[in-house]
Parts: sequence; C-alpha cells; structure tokens
Amino acid sequence: MDTCIKKIRELAADLLERGEVERVIGFAKGTIPMATSPIAVGSKQEIEKLVFNSTCGLNLANYARKQKGKIAIIAKGCDSRNLVTHIVENQIQREQIVIIGVPCSGMVDKFKIAALFKDEITGFEEADDTLTVSSLSLTQTLKKQDYLRENCSLCTHKNPVLYDVLAADLMEEQVLENPFPDVDRIEALDPDDKWQHFSDLTKNCIRCYACRNACPICYCPTCFVDEAGPQWVGKGQNKTDVDTFHFLRAFHCAGRCTDCGACVEACPMGINVRDFTRKLNKDALEFFGWEAGLDISKRPPLDSFSPEDPNDFIK
Amino acid sequence: MKFITIDKKDWAKGIDKSRKTYQLFGPVKDKNGCKIKALDADVVPDMDYHESVMSAKSVLFPQTETILTTSLNEAVDDHHIMKRAENTYTPRAVLGIRPYDAKAILLVKMNFDTDDYRDPYWCDAYEATTLVGLGITKPGPFDFSTSVDCGPFCEEGLDILLADLDDKFLAKVLTPKGEAYAVACGFETTADDKESQALFDILRKEAEKNISASIETDKLSEKVLLDLHEAPFWDDVAFSCINCGTCTYVCPTCWCFDIQDEAKQKESSRFRNWDTCMSPLFTRHATGHNPRGVKVQRVRQRFMHKLKYFLDKYDQGIMCVGCGRCVKSCPVNIDIRKVAHTMNTFEKKD
Repeated sequence: MDTCIKKIRELAADLLERGEVERVIGFAKGTIPMATSPIAVGSKQEIEKLVFNSTCGLNLANYARKQKGKIAIIAKGCDSRNLVTHIVENQIQREQIVIIGVPCSGMVDKFKIAALFKDEITGFEEADDTLTVSSLSLTQTLKKQDYLRENCSLCTHKNPVLYDVLAADLMEEQVLENPFPDVDRIEALDPDDKWQHFSDLTKNCIRCYACRNACPICYCPTCFVDEAGPQWVGKGQNKTDVDTFHFLRAFHCAGRCTDCGACVEACPMGINVRDFTRKLNKDALEFFGWEAGLDISKRPPLDSFSPEDPNDFIK
Repeated sequence: MKFITIDKKDWAKGIDKSRKTYQLFGPVKDKNGCKIKALDADVVPDMDYHESVMSAKSVLFPQTETILTTSLNEAVDDHHIMKRAENTYTPRAVLGIRPYDAKAILLVKMNFDTDDYRDPYWCDAYEATTLVGLGITKPGPFDFSTSVDCGPFCEEGLDILLADLDDKFLAKVLTPKGEAYAVACGFETTADDKESQALFDILRKEAEKNISASIETDKLSEKVLLDLHEAPFWDDVAFSCINCGTCTYVCPTCWCFDIQDEAKQKESSRFRNWDTCMSPLFTRHATGHNPRGVKVQRVRQRFMHKLKYFLDKYDQGIMCVGCGRCVKSCPVNIDIRKVAHTMNTFEKKD
C-alpha cells in the first residue's frame, strides 16, 4: 500500500495539471500517530500532502458532495461503493467526479492496537504487511493482517467497483464461506441476552453523532434527531432516546450501508456501531441478493418494487 | 498547607472510611477505556490510568441534569409551577483527577459563577466537591498543559495533590476542604514540609521535562479580532470537519448547554444537556434563520471562542488546559495546536 502513494500523487498531479479537475480529495498525514485527515488539494505544490496508508479509515464519499466544479477523489473499495450510492441517490453526478481507485488491503483497528499498550502510542510505521507501533515504554512489531478492522477482514470488495484511473494493480478478492459470523453470534443469543448486548453497546454513547456524521449515507439535510419543530426524539442521555437514535439510524441505512466502518472509526467511545447495521446488511443479501453500491444502474431494494421481492410475510 | 504520607496498603481502607460522608468519583476502566464516574460501594478508583477519553467535568456538570420539575396534575396545589429539582449536594470527592481537569473546573467556574449570575446547580455541586488530584509523572504525547499555564503537577483548583511514590502517595493538602477529606479518610501521617516540597519540585520538573507538545498563543492577544474572524484560512481548517460534537464533549472546559422540557404523564421536568457549537441546531433561531448556518462558521466559532474571545474577555489565557483530548479523539484529526499556530502567525494582507 505504501508504494501506491507515489502513483496517487502522479495521477493527482496529472489531473490538476491538465485542468481536468479543480481539486483532488484525499488523505493528509495526521499530526499524531495513526491519524489521517481528509484534505482537498488544488495545486501541484500541495500534492506532497497526500498520503495513503492503513489509517485512512474514514470514508471520503461525503466530501465529494456539494463541491463546485469537477473534482477527483481517492477511493478505496468501500469509498467507491459509496460514490456509486451517491450517484444512484442523485447526490453527485458521475461526470462531476474523476475516481482515482485504490485497491485496499484493509485498514487497521486503532482500538485493538491501542489495547496492546499500557500508555499512549507515540509512533506508527508500516512497511509491506508489518506494523511497528511504539509507546514511550514499548515497541511492538505486528502483522497487519492480525489487526485489521473487523469490516476490513470480512471485506469482499477491496477493489474499487467504479473508477476512472487506478493507483495500483487490482487485488484478488477473498471469498468468504460465511460473510456474517458476527451477526450469527448475536442471532444465537436468547432474546434477553440479545437485548442486553445492544443495551450495553450504547451504554457509553455521548451522542456526539460522530458515527452519523462520518457515515457516507447519512446526508439528510436535517437528521430526525435534529428535528426541532416539533422535536421527534428526546435529547438527553435517557437510555430510550440514545437507543432510539442508534436503532432508527441503522434502519435508515438498511440496504444502503456498504459496511465501510467509518462509524466505528469515528466513534470516540469505541462503540462497535456496525453491530446495529450488520444484520440489516445480511437481510439485504439474503432477501434481495443485494449488496449496496455495486452498480450505478440499480436502485436499492427498499427504494424499488419488484414482483420477485420476498413476500413470505403475507400469510 | 501540609504534607501527608499515605501507604498504598492503607489507601483503599482510608477511602472506604470516607464513603460514610462522601460520595466518591474516580477513574474506572471498562472495555471501552477509562471514565471518571461515581464509584459503586465496592469499587476502588484506578489510580494507574493513563488517560480517560472523557474529562471530569461531568461530576459538576452532568451531560443531562434535571434542574426544575413540576406537576401537570391540576388537582395539585402548585401544579405547573416549576420548582428546583431535588438534587442532593452532599459532600463528594473526586479521586485521581488530573491536574489539568481541576484547572479546567476553574475556567468553567468563570462562566457559572460570576458577579452578575450564579448558576445554582453547578455552584452547589462545586461547593460540595473536594478535588483530590494525582500528579502526572509520565505525561502522554498529547499533553501540552505546560504551554497553557497548567502542567502535570499544577495545583490550581485542587484541594489535595497526590504524588505517586510507588509504594505510597505523598499528599499535599492545599485547602481546608482537602484537610477535611484527609481527616475523613483517617490519613494523618504528616511528612516534613521542606523535604516533601523539595520532592514535589523534583517530580514536577521531571514531568515537565517530558512534555514535548506545546501550543503557540503568545501573539493572539495582539491580533485584531475581526481580522482573525475574516481570515482566509478557515475554509481549509474546516474542510475535513464532519461537524460532530466530539471535541466539545471531550473538552474539560466546554461549558455550553441546551435546555429541554419533557413531560411523562403528569410529571414534567426541565433539564439541561451539554450542547455543542458544532451542531447547526445550537444557533438556529425559532424563525428558522441560522446565524451559523454553515460548517465553516461553526468551526471558526469553536476556535475563536477558545483562543480569542475568551482571552480578550477575561485576560487569563486561552480557554484550554492542554489535555489533548480533542486532538486525540477528533475523527478527522483537527488539531487545536495547528489552528492556534495558524491564528498566532496570521498577518492580514492589505
């Protein structure tokens, strides 16, 4: 992955130089270890600011909305699927963007890595598949494969599904016998334990809405929790209100979520927000044979009707 | 002021004794990291924690706090008349609070306790609270507290400052509140003043030496407010921002709140919640007009408030204690140190 940054910069410089795009949206180096920051570069001098590594865990698709003029955007597999979703949902026009596709070997789980250390992480380097992570008291060499985010380890679309240029060779996609082992684990719980699981999940939520705001498909001009006249949901730390936010948000993502993991990446409290959306992704696949963001010519299943839609619920 | 030695073997027993008269708060670890919260009767605070995502501000300023209540039942005499909620303000003690979090409480106090107005909820809680701080011997990489008149052994706002000496704590008792708490714990082995102070000085200097992060603010007071407000760099600062409330909620000095009314059957309550200037709803008027309707205005507001308005209004430094929580928790790594540098070095072009 570290070699593709050279290619990304070349492609970005070329697009800017030829005047094909006004800005290139990508990731910049963070000010602290294991952090990157979305950036828009508009000149050749700024190209060096672009980076790409295993900590580019946010999804850039929402940054492509409401941009003036034509832009280029760096897209991992998941970002590209969300660009497809944006095109299908009329949030961006296909001709408005140049997609620099980046086949992605996965992003690292920052919480899992931080848990290996007693003190705070001061250094993070990666070379090929090896991560060297250090704190003031300890340095550890880790295999990237063992510290991938869960959504990345279960990813079957590492390659961008829609792109104009590629920054690296396409990768072999993994074929999973069971793409939803995490959902199976929760489904196997009895109802009380299941309720407890979701109840515990939101226990530390501070309602900062980082999950929602990092989510590429959460672009409603006014989110239901922000409706004020009249107000739809209580705004305090009352458990019912906190849970209502998470449950309803998840259902609004049904059949649209690409499991990009941006919600988990953004949550400051380490909540595995994906636990809310995964079952819906599984249902979308089982009932409609649907994975979001693979085809710009198809509307999402809950957005369209077909006589073939499952109707077993009608007795 | 005096010094007390506390053998770590006696620590749990002592604080247990204090539970008779104090409600205890302190750092507790769970699988999602460490939080400063009310301690259950059998829980001992985790004094070895190295960071907590959330600060201790919630002890005095809970994220949701009922302030007034009333009955909507017209058969009741004083129905529909709001009365202060029956919150208890019996003594409480926060154990192991970080010195920067204690200093932050003093900054928050400037807002809640003024000559013109005294916020009764916050002030009553403040008066009931004893802050037992723990000096930071190994500051983390995000700590820039020394560059904002704070530091790993800063005593401002604390009632007791503890220094961890492996098998014991050396306690510097700073206020009568602190003295009362030490008595409630039965901690009474006094230590030599001169020697203890010398030891604190050494520990402080050692810890301060290990802080490499800093924030640059020396020229901010000279800058013309409107020049900074109109500066061209805000679009770049705000580009990556996703407008969540993380920075404001993890910040120990962010004090903004929103008031809400809710009714359940015949009981109504008015409560306040933390609010965040990052949210469009924060400033939306009843007319629908929003003076900070776009993201860049909100991002600018947060940094201007912390680094310029507060400085100009109170002339007591910036509204930041250098804990580094916002730097670490921001999902898109917007770094207040970088923004401060940009503001501090900004020169208006004529």
